[in-house]
Amino acid sequence: MAVSSTDISSATTETEVKGRSLWADARKRFFRNYAAVGGLIVLILVGLFALFGPWIARFEIDEIDFTAIGNAAQMGRPSIETGHYFGTDDLGRDIFARTVQGTQISLLVGLVGAGIAVLVGTVYGAVAGYVGGRTDGIMMRLVDVLMAIPYMFVLILLLVMFGRSMIMLFVGIGLLSWLDMSRIVRGQTLSLKNREFIEAARATGVSTAKIITRHIIPNLLGVVAVYATLLVPLMILAESFISFLGLGVQEPLTSWGALIREGAGTMRYGTLWQLGYPLFFFVITLFGFFFVGDGLRDALDPKDR
Amino acid sequence: MPDLLSVENLAVTFDIPRRNAFPWSEPLSLRAVNGVEFTLQQGETLGIVGESGCGKSTLARALIRMVPSAGRAVWMGDTDLLSLTPQEMLKYRSEIQMVFQDPLAALDPRMTVGSIIAEPLKTHRPDLTSAQVKERVRVAMEQVSLHPNQINKYPHEFSGGQCQRIGIARALVVEPKLIICDEPVSALDVSIQAQVINLLMKLQREMNLSLIFIAHDLSVVKHVSHRVMVLYLGRVMEIADRDTLFADPKHPYTKALLSAVPIPDPRIERDRKVMMLDGELPSPLDPPSGCVFRTRCPIAKDVCAETPPRLVGDTHKTACHFAE
Repeated sequence: MAVSSTDISSATTETEVKGRSLWADARKRFFRNYAAVGGLIVLILVGLFALFGPWIARFEIDEIDFTAIGNAAQMGRPSIETGHYFGTDDLGRDIFARTVQGTQISLLVGLVGAGIAVLVGTVYGAVAGYVGGRTDGIMMRLVDVLMAIPYMFVLILLLVMFGRSMIMLFVGIGLLSWLDMSRIVRGQTLSLKNREFIEAARATGVSTAKIITRHIIPNLLGVVAVYATLLVPLMILAESFISFLGLGVQEPLTSWGALIREGAGTMRYGTLWQLGYPLFFFVITLFGFFFVGDGLRDALDPKDR
Repeated sequence: MPDLLSVENLAVTFDIPRRNAFPWSEPLSLRAVNGVEFTLQQGETLGIVGESGCGKSTLARALIRMVPSAGRAVWMGDTDLLSLTPQEMLKYRSEIQMVFQDPLAALDPRMTVGSIIAEPLKTHRPDLTSAQVKERVRVAMEQVSLHPNQINKYPHEFSGGQCQRIGIARALVVEPKLIICDEPVSALDVSIQAQVINLLMKLQREMNLSLIFIAHDLSVVKHVSHRVMVLYLGRVMEIADRDTLFADPKHPYTKALLSAVPIPDPRIERDRKVMMLDGELPSPLDPPSGCVFRTRCPIAKDVCAETPPRLVGDTHKTACHFAE
């Protein structure tokens, strides 16, 4: 052997061994789960579709093709030649362009809703759970009160009162999405805060804020990640429901819910593509999120299975 | 030279809400620790023994102000730790460090070993640069015989004994004067126990540390301690030099404890007399009147139920009316 023993010993002392974090373990388990990886690929494709779709579309979302107007069943069929890859709606507007746009809005609503839930819910729940006592009581009673409000009703009222706008939609969904998250996070925090490593940090004099940000929140992120991925489709569903009622985003902007509504209205007139394409994207995205969320849960919490 | 730590009349009382009672009714008070007094010199090890629930861990937690307590704990002859504000106490938290019972649970699973050990340094020495912090972490790891190239590993990649050594390195890194070890070896294998105990003793000699060593294993306590304190139901029963206490126990409870230590030789073990105690540890919610040990004491008389015995003696202190 050409390698002398001194080389080996100096190599072991000099190079730091790279640790295998719990996140790296979870990543490995996640990528072994085919359903979850499939869901992730679908989501990436849907994301790319939303990002690059506008360059592929040959029409604007509000551009009217006068040859197809009023005669969508014949002239507005999905075809490569006319450039209406997904066909047109009854007004002669390109379904492809509108699906791209609807995907953007729906994903945005889902991600913003889940994002607000993650930010507000995690911090709120962690503070309530860690500080405990009266603070916890007041903070969680506030959550209870907000939860007791029939939120769909309030959201509809808000949209009717202040007019339909994207901002209003985000405010409405953001206000509600963090409530469940804060409860879940609080429960997890309660079980974390009596663990010995938290006590060790307290004994050595680490401040409460640092304990929450350095120890509590990193240990919560697994649960938060799982719940956030499962929350995105719920937000998309909520927005779609609002849009299906005709209260969501305003024309000419659209979303999956609005597209499905229009498509459902004309499904008996032989223009099934008006319903089919938006519905297809809607369904695969929801499935994608649920599969990824499930995979994350299995990967982050191997003891549960 | 003043005592490193002098504890006087330390008491910890927990309020337990009554069950099936109105929320405003007076809560029950549980006296987990009552009237404990002892002193600790620089470089000395005080072993604390007692059965489960006798207040050993509560006593340790009271000293570092993790539970509210009454009494005095004088540090270096001039500062009462128990009357400091939390801000003032912060300065002393680097002088008193703690090693916990469950080695893995005491380490944050999401942090690397390096950042776990560095945490007390970052808290108490914000003036250090990150290179200096890393250097001191490496030194601490070497002190506990961990290879510094393991600095980026995570706690779950280590064995129980290694995790406990990480815990000790975390305590050492701020160069404390006192380390409180709360049953540091009871979760470990016997062979690993020896390793951790010998490491603690070696560090103590090298750094002139004081240790408060809590255990329920008497042979371990005998091995590490200079002096031993026996607790029962939150009260000190007896406190003496190790050799005195093990050779000539005065309190009947200490005698019973010592006689229950198993001897790893079946021939001796079969023939020796074990002094069995009847009954169970009384509830600390409703301790016996007078001497708390009287309900299980083989030599209890009427006086034991009336007056609680005081802890008397010079270096060998005993709380018993009939200490021989």
